[in-house]
Amino acid sequence: MVEHGEIRVVHRGGSKLNFRQPIFTHDSRFLLCASGDGVKVFSASTEECVHHLLAHTGLVTGLSLRPSNQLQVFSCSLDGTVRLWDYTDGILIKTFSIGCPIYAVYSSGSHDGVLFLTVPAKDDKKSDTFRLVAVQLPQSPEQFVEAREFSAVLEDVSSNPAAVSFGRGGHFIASVNNLQLEVFFFKKQKSYRFYLPEDNKHGQKNTFTCTTCHPKEDCIATGHEDGKIRLWRNFNHKKEYTYSTHHWHHTAVGALSFTPEGTNFLSGGGESVLVQWRYNQETQKDFLPRLGAAISHISVSPDGCLFCTSHSDNKIIVIHSYIKISAVIQGLVQGDRIKTDLIVDPLSKALVMNGKPGHLQFYSLQRDKLLYNLDIVQQEYIHESGLNQFDVVKADFDTGGKWLATVEERKQNSAELELNLKLWAFDEQTQSFVLNTTVSAPHEDRVTDLSFSPDQTTLLVSTGNDGLFKAWTLTAPTAEDESASWSCDFVGSYHGLAPQCCSFSADGSLLAVAFREVVTVWSTVTWDLLTTLSQPPGDIRNLCFGRQSCSKYLLGTTDKNQLCCWNLLTCSLEWSTSMDVSLLLSDPLSENMAAFCSEAGCTDLFVFRPSEPRPLFSHKAVCPGRVLRAVFTPREEPLEGSEEQLQWINRSQLHFFSPNMELLTFSTKAEEDRLTASSKQLVIDDHVAMTPFYLLLGKRPQTDAREVAAVTDRVQPPQGSSAIRELLQTPAHVLPSTSQLCSMFVQSLLVSTADKREPTNVTEEEMESEKEEEDSEEEETSRVTAIKNQDQTRDPKDPGLTKAQTRELRQLRKLDYSWVGALVEF
Amino acid sequence: MSSFKPTKIPVYPKLGEKVTQETLYWKDYKPPIQIKEYGAITNIDFSPVAPYNFAVTAFTRIHIYGPFSQEPVKTFTKFKDNAYCGRFRSDGQLLVAGCEDSVVRLFDVAGKVALRMFKGHSKAVHVTDFTSDRYHILTGSDDSTCRLWDVPNSVELSSYKEHTDYIRCGVASKLNSNLLITGSYDHTLKVFDTRTDKSVITMDHGQPVESLLLYPSEGLLVSAGGRYVKVWDLLKAGQPLVSLKNHHKTVTCLCLSSNGQRLLSGSLDRHVKVYNTTTYKVVHNFDYAASILSLGLAPNDESIVVGMTNGILSIKHRKGPEDSKPGPSLQRRRPTYRVFVKGKNFIPKQEDYLVSKHVKEHLAKHDKQLKKFNVSKALDSALEANKRTRKPEITVAVLKELDRRGKLRNALAGRDEHGLSLLLSFLIGHLVDQRFAPVLVMTADMILDIYGSTVGQSPLIDRQLLHLQELLEREINYEQDLLAVLGMLDTLFACGVPKQEVPRSGTSRPNGLEEPKTTAQTAAS
Repeated sequence: MVEHGEIRVVHRGGSKLNFRQPIFTHDSRFLLCASGDGVKVFSASTEECVHHLLAHTGLVTGLSLRPSNQLQVFSCSLDGTVRLWDYTDGILIKTFSIGCPIYAVYSSGSHDGVLFLTVPAKDDKKSDTFRLVAVQLPQSPEQFVEAREFSAVLEDVSSNPAAVSFGRGGHFIASVNNLQLEVFFFKKQKSYRFYLPEDNKHGQKNTFTCTTCHPKEDCIATGHEDGKIRLWRNFNHKKEYTYSTHHWHHTAVGALSFTPEGTNFLSGGGESVLVQWRYNQETQKDFLPRLGAAISHISVSPDGCLFCTSHSDNKIIVIHSYIKISAVIQGLVQGDRIKTDLIVDPLSKALVMNGKPGHLQFYSLQRDKLLYNLDIVQQEYIHESGLNQFDVVKADFDTGGKWLATVEERKQNSAELELNLKLWAFDEQTQSFVLNTTVSAPHEDRVTDLSFSPDQTTLLVSTGNDGLFKAWTLTAPTAEDESASWSCDFVGSYHGLAPQCCSFSADGSLLAVAFREVVTVWSTVTWDLLTTLSQPPGDIRNLCFGRQSCSKYLLGTTDKNQLCCWNLLTCSLEWSTSMDVSLLLSDPLSENMAAFCSEAGCTDLFVFRPSEPRPLFSHKAVCPGRVLRAVFTPREEPLEGSEEQLQWINRSQLHFFSPNMELLTFSTKAEEDRLTASSKQLVIDDHVAMTPFYLLLGKRPQTDAREVAAVTDRVQPPQGSSAIRELLQTPAHVLPSTSQLCSMFVQSLLVSTADKREPTNVTEEEMESEKEEEDSEEEETSRVTAIKNQDQTRDPKDPGLTKAQTRELRQLRKLDYSWVGALVEF
Repeated sequence: MSSFKPTKIPVYPKLGEKVTQETLYWKDYKPPIQIKEYGAITNIDFSPVAPYNFAVTAFTRIHIYGPFSQEPVKTFTKFKDNAYCGRFRSDGQLLVAGCEDSVVRLFDVAGKVALRMFKGHSKAVHVTDFTSDRYHILTGSDDSTCRLWDVPNSVELSSYKEHTDYIRCGVASKLNSNLLITGSYDHTLKVFDTRTDKSVITMDHGQPVESLLLYPSEGLLVSAGGRYVKVWDLLKAGQPLVSLKNHHKTVTCLCLSSNGQRLLSGSLDRHVKVYNTTTYKVVHNFDYAASILSLGLAPNDESIVVGMTNGILSIKHRKGPEDSKPGPSLQRRRPTYRVFVKGKNFIPKQEDYLVSKHVKEHLAKHDKQLKKFNVSKALDSALEANKRTRKPEITVAVLKELDRRGKLRNALAGRDEHGLSLLLSFLIGHLVDQRFAPVLVMTADMILDIYGSTVGQSPLIDRQLLHLQELLEREINYEQDLLAVLGMLDTLFACGVPKQEVPRSGTSRPNGLEEPKTTAQTAAS
């Protein structure tokens, strides 16, 4: 679109964090994680994203720390490049062009300058067989280096990075694929293959899923489809190999990892339980249950203190080695599809949709961070395939954000549908939603739409496939000890037809309910049927009232490719046009409406005003497939765009999900530049500042109390210092030059152990110091000796000292004067 | 990670009437004392002075009962025929009563023989009352006259002949000795002023008036007749204020509670209803065994006395403070409060090293088993005796949870005779409860599937299965009958709704308006 080249479709966060195994840095402070086209560096203690390394043009498929320099990391991508980063500063150091898509990267300490990559076996990119190749990285000072010299190591490997593992000291490499374990010894340049029978007698699958090698011994652990873990030993003989089998998991083992010392190994799978096995004592296990979703990767920090599991619900959990959770990094949860509409929480301005099974997620678009999950179903989630789970299918907020209505449903295979309508009140104190009313089976069939009235009255309308729509209102409590609850106020129907959608007018006085082809308009005050509108043929798919100056218009789309606009003052059709609208929505802050139209396998966007015949903006081929979920989100501060075509995104932004679950939005070039610039400025300090606030809040209850105590000893809050007070409170123009201030400032920050003692010394020795003023050049050394002498001489002869004073003196004597010695030496 | 989420036990709305302060107050009476009189009890009157004896007029006698005695303290038997309307004077020393033989008798409460006899009426006298100056007596008779008598001289002072039918109720004002109010079977209430010879106000009740009551302030008048209780504003010249229709048979008697905040009405439909006098809503209801003719309330609502057509006098006394205390409990003595707070209020010093203890979460027995995936044991603990009988919702919730986990069949299978009979007896008890029906029907299906092959092995199980079958058949018959009735009602409603002029499409409106408050508890049909 040349004429509207300014507005572009851009990705807006929410990328996967669990695609590949996250890795710990050498000091266990950071967690590196492949996320979409970038690499994210998280702080392992604060969960904050410290850097976002962006340069790849394709999906990042692997990460590996550089063995020779632990402050650098290799990342590989489907775009055919391997890039070397300095992750502490977030700088791209080098780019190696490989020339074919890379699916995984490995490095080993004993092979310096060599990278092992998983690449497609044939050059055509469609093939699904892969091979492991070694690439000698050319030594060249240039930033962009071509590295095309492969030497094949293993043929026919799995594209899953967990299926390849380096053994003790990099002497051998183990790779599993389907039913075959292949071990390649670098020294002998020889590989051994071990096969398992396809199915054992219980009909369970023996297929390998993952492998890992013991760091100190010749032992390979493999996970299997049926939940078994096998420990292979003696595999450098073709015949005399042995393996032991351990079975705890009841579904496929998703991830396996040894601790750095090899004393324990960890496994996880679909049960979402982390199991810690003792190596050689496998009957002793530790469990960390209920981690929320299936474990897909496990990694262990180099010092063995921290584990980290990544889960299928786009979450990374950092766990202490004594099996206690320390941090949770949660990304946008993307199920197989979004069942609820996208909604914006009026209070937190967060995007709300269903996330984890039975939860609503509140996702901040500005910060690309999941704020929290609200448990709607409040039931124990059973990780078992083939179970019918409750899921949230509808949700809506009222205009003030004080009430949230949700519908959850569970379709049993044979029996009837289970439905619950829940109403949640916002609690100011806890800043979260509290369940107020549960209505079991609000309708006898599936709920098709749920909508709050936009005016201040608390009125909720639900429509169901049972042919009824119901209005729910908040009723005053009947007794003093009860709180207000919701009850059904009106039940409406129209010729027994099933209502498909409903919409409130902007002032809440009218309710439009679509029954198949007919739109019925009801007064919400008297619940009278005011009028009916219809434009056959075709059932109504979407209904939308105009806003602000266009509030007299009611728009509807039909499944026979019609977009109709009715004028409610004349009760007649204003205009209609033929287009296959998959989604119609109105901007709450303006008159604008957006229509996503399917056209030849692609989706086009039209933004228009109901009163004007010409669209404000159109964008052809926004994304392939049908867009089914979109929402207008209000901006924090409106943009100042003058061009007519850009005005529609000034006050609110249109976010939508493409059919393959990417969160996209429309944005201008200028805005993007501004955003990237601001993100570069914002370099977050990775240290957890031990401020009093941090200690007060005690964010991590797991934090060792002693550690905290030590920290309080160490860091004396410097605000008491007069120098700082002076520095901060004096106006800048009367201050001396900064160079003079600097030394004073630094000195005031120094908190030496001597400081604590000095005051007592000074107060006691005030009279002495007067005498000794002349020899003050020698200062401390002489003074302290003087104190000693003074103590000895004065103690017996001066009975005038109080008991407290003598005690203080005694303490003084016990004090460590070694620092004096240190000074003398100088 | 997150802790185990226990099974959600749904809270079902309590059926039946809501427990309010009001019901607690009016239920706070001991079981009634019942005394058999010789005939229908037509009047009950409390003495205005302590110890608040009350006169019960029944058949040809008037009994005076003490506040706590079950035997009459005193009896007046000198009536030739049925006595009516025995009433105390405001000092509690004299008692006046009418009689079927048209003679009005005045008794000294201490004596036995009538002090005065007022003769002049030609028919039975049903109404007698003292005026507030204590020296005159108001009477009303079936000869449709109402007369005023002088007590010392026993002479008739005046006679009003404005009513056209029997006078069956009347009161003299307690504040103004010149005001009399009578109600008659000619549907009217009349207010007479003794200083004039005509009625000052006439009110039309619309039904034969059975009972009258003046508020203590005497601004409002309550009348009962037919099924209606009506309240009139006397200060606005007898303007009707409220009309209450809460009984389904004739209302026969009225009474005010001691603080004037509640109005009680007794009726032939065997109910006593308590109204709030500010909102005139029924706040409580008493049921009695027979039609009620008379009603009395002791000062401070200490006792409720009700007389019925079958001659039974029912006296309910309020529970004293010592009665409300439950007897010595048989429960094991619990540890004292001090045990639980032991060490909890210790404030750690600044330098103390704190070791936090993991707080063990409390889980119910069935949840503990569910946490360990022991499905059969979870069901066993949910079927424990007290849960099964007292809190069936817990058992049903566990069944539902097991079904959600897809493990209900495993939990039900493999039970012995005892375990199965427990399950079956639970099903028999609650299968037809519509709140539990969806889950229990599915459970019953599964049980029949699993244990179908073992039928005939145990007589106990066979008996229970037969019982279950019988229960279901009965329920199906009920449902069919109900559906038939529903169909009939629908036709009636369809006839009753007036046709709209414009044939608009609001056909479903009557349906919607008839059941606006359904909280979506759909009947299991």
